[in-house]
Amino acid sequence: MNHVMKRVATAFAIAMALALGTQAAWAQSATLKAVKDRGELNCGSNGQLAGFGLPDPQGNWTGFDVDFCRALAAAIFNDQTKVKFVPLIAANRFTALQSGEIDVLSRNTTWTMERDTTLGIDFAAVNYFDGQGFMVRKSLKVNSALELNDASVCVQQGTTTELNLADYFRQNHMSLKSVTFATADEAIKAYDTSRCDSYTTDSSGLYGERLRLSDPSANIVLPEIISKEPLSPAVRQGDDTWEDIVRWTHFAMVDAEELGVNQQNVDDMLKSDAPDIRRLLGVEGQFGQSLGLTNDWAYHVIKAVGNYGESFERNVGQGSPLKIARGLNALWTKGGLQYGLPIR
Amino acid sequence: MPEIVRPSSSSRTARRAGNIALQIALVVVAGGLAYAAIHNVAQNLANAHITSGFGFWNNTAGFDISQTLIDYSASTSTFGRAFWVGLLNTLLVGALGIVFATVLGFVIGIARLSRNWLVAHLAGGYVELIRNVPLLLQLLFWYNAVLKSLPQLRGSVTLPGGGLLNNRGLFLPRPEFASGFGSVLAVFLCGIVATGVVRMWARRRQDRTGAPVNIVWPALGLIVVLPSIVFMLAGAPLSFSVPRMGRFNVIGGVEIIPEFAALLLALTIYTAAFIAEAVRAGILAVPHGQTEAAQALGLRSGPMLRFVVIPQAMRVIVPPLTSQYLNLIKNSSLAVAVGYPDLVQVFAGSVLNLTGQAVEVIAITMAVYLFISLVTSLLMNLYGYAIAVEER
Repeated sequence: MNHVMKRVATAFAIAMALALGTQAAWAQSATLKAVKDRGELNCGSNGQLAGFGLPDPQGNWTGFDVDFCRALAAAIFNDQTKVKFVPLIAANRFTALQSGEIDVLSRNTTWTMERDTTLGIDFAAVNYFDGQGFMVRKSLKVNSALELNDASVCVQQGTTTELNLADYFRQNHMSLKSVTFATADEAIKAYDTSRCDSYTTDSSGLYGERLRLSDPSANIVLPEIISKEPLSPAVRQGDDTWEDIVRWTHFAMVDAEELGVNQQNVDDMLKSDAPDIRRLLGVEGQFGQSLGLTNDWAYHVIKAVGNYGESFERNVGQGSPLKIARGLNALWTKGGLQYGLPIR
Repeated sequence: MPEIVRPSSSSRTARRAGNIALQIALVVVAGGLAYAAIHNVAQNLANAHITSGFGFWNNTAGFDISQTLIDYSASTSTFGRAFWVGLLNTLLVGALGIVFATVLGFVIGIARLSRNWLVAHLAGGYVELIRNVPLLLQLLFWYNAVLKSLPQLRGSVTLPGGGLLNNRGLFLPRPEFASGFGSVLAVFLCGIVATGVVRMWARRRQDRTGAPVNIVWPALGLIVVLPSIVFMLAGAPLSFSVPRMGRFNVIGGVEIIPEFAALLLALTIYTAAFIAEAVRAGILAVPHGQTEAAQALGLRSGPMLRFVVIPQAMRVIVPPLTSQYLNLIKNSSLAVAVGYPDLVQVFAGSVLNLTGQAVEVIAITMAVYLFISLVTSLLMNLYGYAIAVEER
């Protein structure tokens, strides 16, 4: 009898736990609640990198990483302006996230195992596949990074770039003179006054930084890509639902591109018969609710910033001064690596 | 007249016991608070899944540093080694800055009291200009406006003796010592010791007879001429590796990077302005009667300053001088702004970022600055005691 009682009690406890647990998983993201209570999203972004995060002369933030935070704000508030951008340098970005100063870090940050496992942060999804490159002055007549033996290289500190640089020179038995600066601004300025022969950062950044040089056309980006730099937005570890919101906001944008949904036609697409599109835009299913959002969250995202391809082209691609090709960031159907996970 | 009530001996003992108990209680409370704070931090870091502890110290650093006084390689050296590299760079700029700022500060402080109108006003202008502009701006001025306007690599200025100057730094010939140089060095050191002996003898003789003895010539012979002769006899065992142009950079020689030069210049010039004021205050604090007495004894202005005024002024100068030294050491952390690899840039910058262990790294960095400052302060206090008025 006692046994039975015990078993019943245990089963009841498990059922309770499951019930409460399920409820907890539904919409009980502490970060989401804090963001909603505050009325705006705190987004850590670059502030110095053309194409990715840069305030214009009027103080409006623009860029690929900036768009992502606007997309999040649209998903949460149906208002892409409810974002406060916090400009961060490489050196203080993780501390800002760990300490709760920002809710999400959307600042061209490489997803590495060490960062993922030791910093108390989680990466949501790779929204830009990048790799490190070198820029040199044309007058040096260098055609390959392998010719840079004994060259001095300006680099920003606290980045994977700093490590890849030392690795690459060591691996190729070249001697390196690195000059390290705390911010990209200082590093590029030093390169521009020819304190260094070369400037190195992620190749996306090289195109952006080149625009800020006194004579952009006198500089070339060398063909070598010396590292893998999967750039991803990051969140604090321990709030899985919040991480899901960030992750699926990215996938919704990629899915929209795959399905041909864009900023212009999104209203018409609400009437589409295609089940994938109906689920994406919340006409069918409860997908938004399970994140603690409204079911038409992805509709708001696309209405606000467009699909992945639109954001890419507007900020860093053909619609921008950077003119970066889609390359690895093309959809998987077009030979790239961007693959929208199914919403169902 | 009311009688003064003296506390009885027993009540005094009781009060002393109470005091001691209070002190112990305070120490316990302070210790408890410190423990709670540390425990709380460790707990919170663990809850946030952030790695903590000092295990990173022996991990490979992996990044390059532009100025290293000890052997360091990105591929094999550890974060701990990077810490020492940064610390030595801080100490280098701090020590040289203190020496130069002191010399410049004394010259300007004394010049400001000069009877020559132009000299006094130039010195006054220097002080007012320099100490009223933020140090960070001055540092950026020296780095961006002055050093970066030096000629580019291809247009390097060749200095007499084979040095090169361009916007990547100053490159000087590096002395390379062959065997036999040791004996030259030994003779040189013996010369210095012998000069010291001669000086003691001369001073004793002056004390006895009152006649000053000029020891410049014997000193020159012992320190310069004698080692030079040995140098020639040993077959000139010294050569210089002259810097030359490489494909990208200057190769060989001793390199003084512009980041270091800018920081040293800014710290020296800024701190010298404050030291000059301390020196002026110290000199003005010496009663005028002392100067008049020295004049009455027939001392000219040089010896009067050296033997009468400065020694008395030093007692007033040393305490503010100590604070200026401490300021200089702490201000050297502005190195971050120009990319000079000091302790803050290397350790609280690169190492902090690559390990992500902000709490440990910042704690270590603060402890190191505290230690350097306390040692500096201690040395200056010892010097202060040594020159204090001996009361007989």
